[in-house]
Amino acid sequence: MCLRCGRALLAVLLVAVVLFPGVACSRPGQAALTLAGSTSIQPFAELLAENFMASHPGRVVDVQGGGSSAGIQATLDGAAGIGMSSRDLKPGEEGLLGHCIAYDAIALIVNRQNPVTSLTLDQVRAIFSGQARDWSEVGGPPHRITVISREEGSGTRSAFDDMVMGELEVTPRALVQDSNGAIREVVAGDPWALGYMSLGLLDERVRALALDGVAPSVASALKQEYRLVRPFLFLTRGAPAGLAREFIDYVLGPEGQLLLAGEGLVPVNPSEAAGR
Amino acid sequence: MSGARGASGARGASGARGANGVRGASGVRGAGGGRRGGRWLKLSDRAIERLLMVVAFTSITALLLITVFIFAGGLPVLVRTRVVGLVAGLRWAPTHGSFGILPMLLGSLLVTGGALAVGVPLSLLCAVFLSEVAPARVAGLVKPAIEVLAGIPSVIYGFIGLIVLVPLIRTCLGGPGFSVLAAAVVLGVMILPTLTSISYDALRAVPDAYREGAAALGATRAQAIRMVLLPAARRGIVVAMILGLGRALGETMAVIMVAGNATMIPSSLLDPVRTLTTNIALELGYASGLHRDALFATGAVLFVMIMLLSLLAGFRPQRARR
Repeated sequence: MCLRCGRALLAVLLVAVVLFPGVACSRPGQAALTLAGSTSIQPFAELLAENFMASHPGRVVDVQGGGSSAGIQATLDGAAGIGMSSRDLKPGEEGLLGHCIAYDAIALIVNRQNPVTSLTLDQVRAIFSGQARDWSEVGGPPHRITVISREEGSGTRSAFDDMVMGELEVTPRALVQDSNGAIREVVAGDPWALGYMSLGLLDERVRALALDGVAPSVASALKQEYRLVRPFLFLTRGAPAGLAREFIDYVLGPEGQLLLAGEGLVPVNPSEAAGR
Repeated sequence: MSGARGASGARGASGARGANGVRGASGVRGAGGGRRGGRWLKLSDRAIERLLMVVAFTSITALLLITVFIFAGGLPVLVRTRVVGLVAGLRWAPTHGSFGILPMLLGSLLVTGGALAVGVPLSLLCAVFLSEVAPARVAGLVKPAIEVLAGIPSVIYGFIGLIVLVPLIRTCLGGPGFSVLAAAVVLGVMILPTLTSISYDALRAVPDAYREGAAALGATRAQAIRMVLLPAARRGIVVAMILGLGRALGETMAVIMVAGNATMIPSSLLDPVRTLTTNIALELGYASGLHRDALFATGAVLFVMIMLLSLLAGFRPQRARR
């Protein structure tokens, strides 16, 4: 009885061992480009990759997340052909070449029930540094503000730190969520929450606040009226070649730029996006 | 009443006898086979012994490698903070060079303690009910249901906590809802199955003679449970608590979803909190350089805590036996 079990198990193992390399090598010779990095860029990169593969048959582009730092590391190691970063390169990471594919505005978001429609940059800084804790201090009804931030190291967080906080630090009282989607969910559920997220990923469940009277939008970001704008970078080790070159050209070309503009990002080549 | 007790007692006894019987029988059958099969089987026996040894050493090697990996990864920060700055530091701003994880350390202890406070009374009462009070048919229905509870992935618990518990706490008790309380309740429910089944087994393992003796001395059933059965099953119950503690301490996903993850020491049960595990899971994706090392150092601290815990789990029963 047990021997038969053992033999059956052995057979299964043998079959698995024989088949597995076959599975792994089922697409021999097909060059695949791997993109890895910022989860803020990931959804847009996936869309670009999909359209690129549709119009360029035989080309394979894989998109992975992991975060800006992981993407930079993967590109330095050669594990990813193109890294995606929503923050500028730090010292020690200069070996990479950056290609700005679009700009993204960071929107401050509140619950739809919240009557506040606009904050000044100073008010935002006061709230996120913990100096202002009640909505009544910034022109709202008297209720405690639930401050929601991104985790330390995230591209959105470091862009927010640079552009809003300056020398100050985000209060340790702030709730921390680890993705744009999670922040949106929390704000959609809590009438007194204040969070920030990528403008391109905004949806109707939350409301974006105007900053210093300017509502966040592609138009206001293009005119440089809206102040919280950061670059989305594609990174390569040295000058891009082959498939990487082809993909970056596609993204910076009219088709790619139009796609990105349609998704709520601010194109780097507005003339290209408008030309089509 | 005594009929129910007698029936459950008989079930326990026959169950134990059955298990022993099967084990004994298979042992005999194995030995008989060896005699009949001759050399080949003896050889294969030896081969299997070798194989088992290799497997055993593989798991030890894995443990060693993990230990080395975690401590080597965390070394730069452990050295830089001289450990004290890490475990006693109040400020966590790894991209600005502050690596204090005391808020997370206390957060882990607080959330785990809360989980036990929720889980232990519930599961102990549940185990007592199943083992001593419930008719066999009810116990036969409830026990499997509790065991199924153990198989539900933690992210589901977290999701339910996020959708139901967090808004409930926010509207009924105030605060942001993401809180020590939410995490403790979610974890408390998560460790229920482990706590209940081990406590149940411990209670079932108490010989029926104890129950009969207590009854003969005129103890009511409640008195028998409180004064005889629970003390007799104490060892198993302590093991259950330590296992539940380990599970609660190590849980990550469900906690991320409901705890709020703020990096300050919570001043009330309604304040958000971050634990050691969630600190690693939240930030690892984006961490680089010293920040990454600091997360490994967090892992090293967690590792030491879990090691102490398993030492405790191995140590307590022996002392209790003496």
